[in-house]
Amino acid sequence: MQTKRMTFPGRWLPYALLAPQVIVTLIFFIWPAAQALYQSLLREDAFGLNTTFVGLENFARLFADPYYLNALSVTAIFALGTTLLSMSMALLLAVTVNRMLRSRNAYTTLLVWPYAIAPAIAGVLWWFIFNPSIGIVPYLLEMLGYRWNHRTSGADAMALVIIAAAWKQIAYNFLFFLAGLQSIPQSLIEAAAIDGASPFKRFWTIVFPLLSPTTFFLMVVNVVYAMFDTFGVIHATTQGGPSQATNILVYKVYADGFVGMNLGSSAAQSVVLMTIVIALTVVQFRYIERRVNY
Amino acid sequence: MVEHRPWSHLVAHLILIAGVALVLFPVYIAIVASTQGPGEFLRGTLPLVPGGHALENYRAMWESGLSRAGAPPAGQMLVNSLVMALAITVGKLSISLLSAFAIVYFRFPFRLFFFWVIFVTLMLPVEVRIIPTFQVVADLGMLNSFAGLSIPLIASATATFLFRQFFMTVPEELLEAARVDGAGPLKFFKDILLPLSVTNIAALFVIMFIYGWNQYLWPLLITTDPDYYTIVMGIQRMTTAADGDPQWHLVMAAVVMAALPPVLVILFMQRLFVKGLTETEK
Amino acid sequence: MASIKLAGLKKTYAGGVQAVKGIDLAVADGEFVVLVGPSGCGKSTLLRMVAGLETISEGQLEIGGRRVNELEPAQRDIAMVFQNYALYPHMTVFDNLAYGLKNRGFKGDEIRRRVEEAARMLEIEAFLPRKPRQLSGGQRQRVAMGRALVREPAAFLFDEPLSNLDAKLRVQMRVEIKQLQRRLKTTSLYVTHDQLEAMTLGDRLVVLNGGRIEQVGTPMEIYARPATLFVATFIGSPAMNLVPLAYLRERGNGLLGDLPEGTDLIGIRPDDLRLEAPEAPHLMVEATLELFEAAGAESHLYVRLAGSDQPTVIRTAGQPPVAEGEMLRFYVTRDALHPFHRESGRRTDDPNRQAAA
Repeated sequence: MQTKRMTFPGRWLPYALLAPQVIVTLIFFIWPAAQALYQSLLREDAFGLNTTFVGLENFARLFADPYYLNALSVTAIFALGTTLLSMSMALLLAVTVNRMLRSRNAYTTLLVWPYAIAPAIAGVLWWFIFNPSIGIVPYLLEMLGYRWNHRTSGADAMALVIIAAAWKQIAYNFLFFLAGLQSIPQSLIEAAAIDGASPFKRFWTIVFPLLSPTTFFLMVVNVVYAMFDTFGVIHATTQGGPSQATNILVYKVYADGFVGMNLGSSAAQSVVLMTIVIALTVVQFRYIERRVNY
Repeated sequence: MVEHRPWSHLVAHLILIAGVALVLFPVYIAIVASTQGPGEFLRGTLPLVPGGHALENYRAMWESGLSRAGAPPAGQMLVNSLVMALAITVGKLSISLLSAFAIVYFRFPFRLFFFWVIFVTLMLPVEVRIIPTFQVVADLGMLNSFAGLSIPLIASATATFLFRQFFMTVPEELLEAARVDGAGPLKFFKDILLPLSVTNIAALFVIMFIYGWNQYLWPLLITTDPDYYTIVMGIQRMTTAADGDPQWHLVMAAVVMAALPPVLVILFMQRLFVKGLTETEK
Repeated sequence: MASIKLAGLKKTYAGGVQAVKGIDLAVADGEFVVLVGPSGCGKSTLLRMVAGLETISEGQLEIGGRRVNELEPAQRDIAMVFQNYALYPHMTVFDNLAYGLKNRGFKGDEIRRRVEEAARMLEIEAFLPRKPRQLSGGQRQRVAMGRALVREPAAFLFDEPLSNLDAKLRVQMRVEIKQLQRRLKTTSLYVTHDQLEAMTLGDRLVVLNGGRIEQVGTPMEIYARPATLFVATFIGSPAMNLVPLAYLRERGNGLLGDLPEGTDLIGIRPDDLRLEAPEAPHLMVEATLELFEAAGAESHLYVRLAGSDQPTVIRTAGQPPVAEGEMLRFYVTRDALHPFHRESGRRTDDPNRQAAA
């Protein structure tokens, strides 16, 4: 890895400069991660008196546990739904804003601020809007003949958390799509217009393919967001219910370990999650490298 | 721009207005709800125009909170949030600047090793290792303290990475000129590198502040003393109670107060925010 | 004021690449020495070794009679002007000039006096309160010079300081640097890849190639008697023509008999080929004019020697009445021939002999 062509001499200074970050990292990141790894191989009895080494048994149980398998598929649906909804909305808005000249900045300002809203707050907002007794949306849906109730219907609950999570993420995707669109040379689009492509065709044959690096990058980021940063959305609204319908992996780690006090299982779940994060990070790094190199 | 038909322009505006409306809708509802009296919510549906109880609702939340739900006054929670967000932001920026400086401007044994130790944190969000991190903080006696709220979150590979990237683009000759001019490492850092990093620091400040303000799971885990509740997690306590005993007008007043500071930061520092966001992720 | 002495200086990088392969050079007090060579010849590395910006792998470096190999750049009593100026973008021009003095613990009055004096000398007084980004390229260049001046160092080191300027400004600054150095009499080492800049600035030139010195001498010595084929083709524009001796022998009128042993290649400067036969002993070649290039006061004739596909360039004053496609005769005096040995690349007669009148 690079440094400057010329560097400062110094025997202890670089270590002193690194010390604060390294110490915090070791104490609050590396050590707990190692603990999770270690605990995932142990089982505690009900009173926390005895611990026994059980090898990979926690993992075996995990993948045999229908609740955990359910959480896996719930997470997949949630991540996919959030990513698709948020990215398609953002792309539509970004493409439209990009056509504007004078009003571009005004629209951008109006669209980006939800980034500042905490996932938990986003959850509460939509929870309120969809509130079955006083919410405005269930009232409208009822007029259309649909009885909304996310307290009893798993599908309704899933729709609610996806909407809340996607809403907050639109701003982020919008900004990256807009930046991606602005980096496409105008001359290419003009060339396509001279070649007789209609606006719609121009978008699908020129703009969209050129946007694919941004799209891919955002897909990874959105999946990471939906899997790990949306704890607040779930916890502040459905709390995994009704009957496990919105119990995503991150929420389950918390519920099993912190509320249910099942340390071995929670640690094993942590390890699985870490593996997923690391895999996604590697994909992302690969992608960054490729983008830098072409 | 290629071809501009008036009707397509109109359609574009309509799409954008619909998009903006969709984005604004939940917040509008929250603001409207926060201005209603306590009786409004018993009548079935929510009114769509503001009521006349704004002042009393916000004052009630600010001063006394929702005691039945175990939530302290919003004023105090906002201060707690501010302290936590600032501590996380300043902490992250300081330790990241120092470590990026060490990694870029020095050669020393185990440099690569330290680099990776720091960068592993990119891969391990707190959400995936909740229990063991909680145990460490508990063992250190940092539960219910601002130190416990902020220090475990200040290690940031993102900021270190960004500063490293930025330092790499600072022309080599500036360092060389400074050395010919007799500046040592710390002098160079203070006189040259920090002033040059001001825009990057400000951009990251915006992002980190929002990150810090919006922390949810971590305060939820390590604070049991209402004196340390932050506004974002405090609201959750209120909603749980509000479902049974609808105090939505007060909860929504708290929601507006919780969302306002980071939203204002983005609105007033949009340029820095966009820079910070797009550059931290590249 | 100081002399600089380089003894056996070598630079080997970690990967084993040797950028500087043993340089011996003595720069006298007050002398202006230019290091010139193509990119990658090691000239910048050498200068940076003198500055203390690159470590010295082998050899000894003395500035003012003191060994400085291990000293920090700031302790070597040198000042450097960088190619991209390296001005501190967040500081005003005044602070840029003052920074090095402040770090050395100079008092406020003395700093002000020196900065103002340097600013006056370089005519940048009006810019002192400005930031570098508000200045033009030429003005930035002056500030970079000023930063070196205020220090009143034992030696100036210039690393291609003019290469970021446009052609016109470059000529102007070249003249100013020369005048300034004459006035201050500060020992200077100047790196450039531009042979014209080197010729016009230096008291002496050091021509470098592949990390070694090809030739050291005054600009005229090097132009008149290049010691190697490399120097012959690098210095002078258009470059020296190289014609195989065998080709000339076929056309020679006994003139080429006394060439030193080993000569197999003859160098002829483009200006030494004339359209009129001189009185001195000379030889004649025939060539077809392929392209005529009028450059105002002079013209360049691109020709191909008859009975050979050897391309050759001739430079002549004014605009001779010639037409493209025409077969022309060129004359060159015996004294204007530079004899070389192709394989060793060396001149075969004594490079130190004075050029014949």
